[in-house]
Amino acid sequence: METFLQQLINGVTLGSIYGLIAIGYTMVFGIIGMVNFAHGDVFMVSTFIALIAFLALTTLLGIPSIFLALLLVMIIAMVMTSVWSWAIERIAYRPLRGSFRLAPLISAIGMSIFLMNFVQVAQGPRNKPLPPMLNEVIYLMGEPGAANAVTIAWRQIIIIAATAILLAIFWYVVQKTSLGRAQRAVEQDRKMAALLGVDVDRTVSITFVIGAMLAAVAGTLYLLQYGVVRFDDGFIPGVKAFTAAVLGGIGSIPGAVLGGLLIGLIEVMWAAYVSSDYKNVAAFSVLVVVLIFMPSGLLGRPEVEKV
Amino acid sequence: MSRWLTDPILAVEHLSMRFGGLVAVNDVSFCVGRGDITALIGPNGAGKTTVFNCITGFYKPTQGRLAFAREGRADAAEVRALTNTGKRHARLPSGDIYLLERMPDHEIAAKARVARTFQNIRLFGGMTALENLVVAQHNALMRASGWSLLGLIGAPSWRRAEASAIEKARAWLARIGLEERADDPAAALPYGDQRRLEIARAMCSEPALLCLDEPAAGLNPRESAQLGDLLRLIRDEHATSILIIEHDMSVVMKISDHVVVLDYGALISDGTPDFVRNDPHVIAAYLGVSDAAEAEQVVAEISGEARP
Repeated sequence: METFLQQLINGVTLGSIYGLIAIGYTMVFGIIGMVNFAHGDVFMVSTFIALIAFLALTTLLGIPSIFLALLLVMIIAMVMTSVWSWAIERIAYRPLRGSFRLAPLISAIGMSIFLMNFVQVAQGPRNKPLPPMLNEVIYLMGEPGAANAVTIAWRQIIIIAATAILLAIFWYVVQKTSLGRAQRAVEQDRKMAALLGVDVDRTVSITFVIGAMLAAVAGTLYLLQYGVVRFDDGFIPGVKAFTAAVLGGIGSIPGAVLGGLLIGLIEVMWAAYVSSDYKNVAAFSVLVVVLIFMPSGLLGRPEVEKV
Repeated sequence: MSRWLTDPILAVEHLSMRFGGLVAVNDVSFCVGRGDITALIGPNGAGKTTVFNCITGFYKPTQGRLAFAREGRADAAEVRALTNTGKRHARLPSGDIYLLERMPDHEIAAKARVARTFQNIRLFGGMTALENLVVAQHNALMRASGWSLLGLIGAPSWRRAEASAIEKARAWLARIGLEERADDPAAALPYGDQRRLEIARAMCSEPALLCLDEPAAGLNPRESAQLGDLLRLIRDEHATSILIIEHDMSVVMKISDHVVVLDYGALISDGTPDFVRNDPHVIAAYLGVSDAAEAEQVVAEISGEARP
């Protein structure tokens, strides 16, 4: 029981990060029908931005409060990652919008490779560490030091809370503002939306920017959780988040969050109860099974053929 | 003189559209009167939708001018001057004038304010009826909401804009009798309601000219009558001119002020509903005979047979 609770906390922490990245995949797919393979690498770039910003703020400027520093880092990462993502869309995807379907996909793979190599050259191929912080834990069950104690670290609380707050804001934007309405309209009928005065290109750009912002939050939290980043760290989390988006039903935003949490939980539970060697295999096997029995994912709308 | 000649909102001049060797529209000229309901009719394949697609920017015409005088009557010399400059828009003392053949479709919609509907229904099916009407007011809302940043912090200016957009949407829902279904997904509405919702959505973008492509297709007689009422209401209460393609002659004859008839891509008749109804060229086109003399003969035969 204690192990299960502990793993539940760990799984939700990891799943939050996957969920935040997955939203970027699912939104872009929803609006332009393209899998943005570079999104995982945008996430990786954001972890580096967060790392550099954190070191600069704490060592150079000497900000004493770790929470304030973290907040600033998150904002800096969000802004700079947005610029990256906006530029990627502008340079690599928009010119190919009228082209055949595979063209932007290939362009995205190229972008992914470019980002990875760029960071490798600019930041070096080795792990970049951050001193561990916010390791103090709260004992939910059991005595301190006991083997069956259930604990939650401060950083886990921050990760889960930040994710929840961000998702609430994001949900509000998509459901209640004219920007969100325009996004949903473009998703359903791009041409008609344009004819009603919605600027489609700008809406697509904003979608990329929002996806990047959520990925940057995920990147900052990932850095906080693991404390090290490397140039190829975008790949596995990126693929997992994509899996989460497909699992939840690609195009569905609640689906992306649900899928992220499920993938995080499956991975952690498998590692705890079965073997940590095959945790990725477990996560992807679930994907295969779900797709066989529910091809449009858990919360996705099935494709209805119009007659 | 008829209103479409004295005060046209849109003057179609020598419009031709060729697809390779096929001439879909051949040197068609007509005027759309300000505040009129103008019907564009003709047998299948006559080129009606092609004319529509040229006006709304879906096709770039091979040849011809589409002068759209949004606010007031444009002087012919000034339109000619604008044509010669190579620009697409000029602000004259009488108001804005646009050369639609030089503009892409979304600019025709957003700048010249020509709205259109399609033969098939293109509502945003997954959004509610109300949201469909609010999306059409997107541009005004985006400006008021400071690109949604003000919306995030709930600024008063944004709240006001949002509230007035929703109020306008509700007023249109009331007008088409769908207040009860404001929060239902648009795709869940009956076909006739979807048609009227689509027209209401187009009206929410405050168009100067509303182009409707077969709005009565697939409607039952009661729904057709409701549609006719809606169009007359738009003409009488709004400063919106309507151009409509329609096959249902009962609708056309009842609501239109002006009828333009095409056949094989060419203009064959242009006038009031009464004039067009009795024009032998139109009767010939609809009966499938080649010239007016033969048509008169057919008409004579039919009326002769009809008599006991």
